[in-house]
Amino acid sequence: MLPELGLFALILALLLAALQAFFGIAGPALGRDRWLAALPMAVAGQAVMVATAVGCLVAAFVGNDFSVRYVAENSNTALPLFYRVTALWGAHEGSLLLWILLLALWTVAVAASATRLPPRFAARVLGVLGLISAGFLLFTLATSNPFLRLDPAAPDGRDLNPILQDPGLAVHPPILYTGYVGFAVAFAFACAAMIEGRMDQQWARWTRPWTTLAWAFLTCGIALGSFWAYYELGWGGYWFWDPVENASFMPWLAGTALIHSLAVTDKRGLFKSWTLLLAILAFSLSMLGTFLVRSGVLVSVHSFAADPSRGIFILGFLILTIGSALTLYAWRAPLLKSGAGFEFTAREAFLLFNNLLLVTAAATVFAGTLAPLIADTLGLGTLSVGPPYFNPTFMVSMLPLLALLPVGVHAAWKRGHLGEKARLLLYTLAAALVLACGFVFGLYRGGRVLTVIGLTLGIWIIASSLIEPLQRWRRGLSLSRAVLGMSVAHIGIGLLAIALTTVQSYTTERDVALAPGGSSAVGGYEFRLEQLQPVEGANFSGVQATVTVLRNGQAVAVMNPQKRRFWVQQQVTSETSIRMLRGANVLIALGDDLGQGRWSLRIQIRPLVSLIWLAALVMAIGAVLAAADRRYRTARAAAGAPLPAAAQEVA
Amino acid sequence: MNRFLLPLGVFALLAVVLAVGIRHSPDKGLIRSPLIGKPAPQFSLPDLQDPARTVQSAALQGRWYLLNVWGTWCAACRAEHEALLSIAHGRQIGIIGLNWRDTDADARQWLKQLGDPYEHVAVDRDGRTAIDWGVYGAPETFLVNPRGIVVYKHIGELTTQTFNAEILPRVRGGQGS
Repeated sequence: MLPELGLFALILALLLAALQAFFGIAGPALGRDRWLAALPMAVAGQAVMVATAVGCLVAAFVGNDFSVRYVAENSNTALPLFYRVTALWGAHEGSLLLWILLLALWTVAVAASATRLPPRFAARVLGVLGLISAGFLLFTLATSNPFLRLDPAAPDGRDLNPILQDPGLAVHPPILYTGYVGFAVAFAFACAAMIEGRMDQQWARWTRPWTTLAWAFLTCGIALGSFWAYYELGWGGYWFWDPVENASFMPWLAGTALIHSLAVTDKRGLFKSWTLLLAILAFSLSMLGTFLVRSGVLVSVHSFAADPSRGIFILGFLILTIGSALTLYAWRAPLLKSGAGFEFTAREAFLLFNNLLLVTAAATVFAGTLAPLIADTLGLGTLSVGPPYFNPTFMVSMLPLLALLPVGVHAAWKRGHLGEKARLLLYTLAAALVLACGFVFGLYRGGRVLTVIGLTLGIWIIASSLIEPLQRWRRGLSLSRAVLGMSVAHIGIGLLAIALTTVQSYTTERDVALAPGGSSAVGGYEFRLEQLQPVEGANFSGVQATVTVLRNGQAVAVMNPQKRRFWVQQQVTSETSIRMLRGANVLIALGDDLGQGRWSLRIQIRPLVSLIWLAALVMAIGAVLAAADRRYRTARAAAGAPLPAAAQEVA
Repeated sequence: MNRFLLPLGVFALLAVVLAVGIRHSPDKGLIRSPLIGKPAPQFSLPDLQDPARTVQSAALQGRWYLLNVWGTWCAACRAEHEALLSIAHGRQIGIIGLNWRDTDADARQWLKQLGDPYEHVAVDRDGRTAIDWGVYGAPETFLVNPRGIVVYKHIGELTTQTFNAEILPRVRGGQGS
């Protein structure tokens, strides 16, 4: 009964979403303000219905109801309870349902804070969100119903893809999707502003906290995905430039540009049309990500189940939403007058470069991701684009971005006076260079020029980000959350630059063949294979190796990589063993039985690799801090108050 | 015309590319291997029947072939052996064996007893070629086209039905490419 109830709830949710879209968009357009009163009901009702549907599917998973096809395909009685719940988003149908649930929750949050917005504007925002939700609900019901029954019911399920049976997967998709879907809010605000013709600074101020929050989730989601790939896929890499990773990275880059462009529009009333375009772009790339992952257009390690008919539906929906948003843009953006100018060394100029470089980076990733598809379409044969393309092209736009960051942060708005800070910046740069050289030639005994540059920039960014908070603190001035958040996020970028440079420059990797008792020296350590033992889990069996790590003859760690064979899907996964030793990640993956008692082992030593994910976390914390700034919560009051000085100058 | 129409134009172009991409995708959708559509990993391994010689992927360029991963310890490999023999007998495509996690003596004994469907059997002693090809478990069969691109992968026991339905049409349909 429950699955039917879930399906029924989804259909009701679709109706409510359609109502929300209609009342929200048509109400203000026709001047029927009474229609707006129905919106909160529609939003809340839709969220309740979607939550009910999700609850029904979870109940089917927990209760091992193998008469539901999706459950039979993705679960098993032997699967631990925790994974039976997270198996919900283990495949396409459930992922989509999660998408819809998160969109409903974001919509509830927007509706709850809509009292700070003019009623008609708020209605339009909710209307656009309703339209997106209706599209995805229709997509689910038409092509990907998770409640389809199986007759006769399966005696047992096919089990969850073993790669996905990991705590990392439990949290990765929900967080990543929260970020993806969050850009829908910025998109809705942009569309509402364009429909209303109200594309002023106020629009940007309302949009800022939502965008920043969504960006924080996306950052965490991508970092978790990278972390999960690092220790679960067994290859020891943290980033593969895989189409699915790129699909989440492109909206991230566009979102980063949007955050900065919104700042200029909010503070100075400039870049208005550009900001609108970026808001459309960020969400379009999120949807394109969904399309790429789910349509089977691109084959990647992540596309566990792809289906062309779904691709056609998403493409149609994509054309409808993005196409109409861009049409609206082409119609409305010309009405915007360009604001006051600014000097070449002012903060606006730096933020312009920031935007150009980030969009260039997004474009290069985009080109690399779609190149195989385009080559195929034009009949140029099959093409594979990998790190040799992505690494250098990406660096070309990222290095200048990092170099401009410390200066841009300290440049004043409008007129580019660095003042006393110019000297401080030079000092920090010199100190950073000395420190970087110390690392490269002292600690690691040599490295490339690029290593020195990367480390210098990373340290410089951190040091220069500390200038403003420290000065304010010393003078006893208050520090707004926005400034603090920005500094923290930039420190995160600096940490990331340091971590990536170190990992790329100083990784040691070796594949060795060892028999029990044998040992091999890799990167200053000796690895001794002690023994191999069978292991048993709830739904798998496997082999576990015991490896003693020695340094100068002293045992410093005992590591236990495993190789698991899952009974139901007969799939083998590698459980790598990772240990922190002297700031470096030592990773051992158990390979194959080579016969005569010998096993292949992959050993990697990556210094500072954990810092990559820590840096992402720091960035996300900074974003959350900035989004919590008090300015945004009093936005309504400010709307009635005299415009800030900067805005008056523009007017 | 205004410059603000440009994004719409770019998007329209992209939509066309994606639409064409979808029409092309059915023959590469629904397949799990990340290797599909990519060049087959190179290998140069000793020949089972004559360890002094090597079996090289480079020498296989310019023709269709099946790469079948097997071992004497694997029950499903035993089950598909009849199918492999009949495929070899049909002479429509050559089969290259990749002997995996096995001993040479066992493997030779097996082929002597059951018949040898393989043109050559490459011996993957250190398991590295299997890692390169992304082998999860035996048996697995890869179809490689004359340009050296992996176009299809079958996991588990290969049957003549699968061969006729999935592999033969690809070989015939792709003759021109």
